[in-house]
Amino acid sequence: MKNLDSVFAAYLIGWGVFFVYFLTVARRTSVLRADIERLKSSLDRGK
Amino acid sequence: MAKQTIAAALVLLLVAAAAYAAFFVAPTERSMGLIQRIFYLHVSSAWTGLIAFFICFLSNLTYVFSRKPRWDWLGVSSAEVGVTFTTVVLITGPIWAHPVWGIWWTWDARLTSTFVLWLLYVSYLLLRTLIEEPDRRALLSALFGIFAFLDVPLVFGAIRWWRTQHPQPVIMGAQGSGLDPRMRSVLLFCWLAMMALMAFLMRERYQLEAMRGEVELIQREAEGQ
Repeated sequence: MKNLDSVFAAYLIGWGVFFVYFLTVARRTSVLRADIERLKSSLDRGK
Repeated sequence: MAKQTIAAALVLLLVAAAAYAAFFVAPTERSMGLIQRIFYLHVSSAWTGLIAFFICFLSNLTYVFSRKPRWDWLGVSSAEVGVTFTTVVLITGPIWAHPVWGIWWTWDARLTSTFVLWLLYVSYLLLRTLIEEPDRRALLSALFGIFAFLDVPLVFGAIRWWRTQHPQPVIMGAQGSGLDPRMRSVLLFCWLAMMALMAFLMRERYQLEAMRGEVELIQREAEGQ
């Protein structure tokens, strides 16, 4: 079982990168969604 | 939301099945042993990253001629996803190289051109943060994206045209090169899983960019009032 730790490290880090990227996209989306709601309501108030 | 959850679950299932195949279905390579199993993640991520950059190139080219924002949104989405896949390639490569070559990194043609490719698309994403005016940002980044893509044929050809530390291609390589049929099937399955992951991430990122476009429109409206 030589190098098993390296194989696991490669897969864990690889999947970790994809997962962290997905989380950043999800976080940015939710922040932006809140911004849109805020902007829309401030526009409605201005009308 | 339900559609998104189903898509995420399917992609997760596919990626898990690909990992199972890489660990338990593919045969152990004779000279490198267990460490060669990194190949299935490394190579499938590399191919997927190049496909993402190709989508970015096509989007950039289409934007220059049509000036429709949705091509700019697709361009930035594919560039970001391509950078993510190439990051995985640049991390898993050295982890594989160290026990096999005795070094983490060498500046050979394939490794260097891949690193330059990553730097070019990171620069593309950074460039976008520096320009506020949406039309100007879209045009300049599209032109830069077209230029950045020039490195992709170099990455593809590096192991075919020059002698490199990086192994020669096992698929679409010279005569006599090739891969065990079971290894080939597992590799293609892993690539399919990575392509599904790319499509999912790109769709999520595209929606984010489309929403950002909506915010910019509302802000313009607000400023006009």
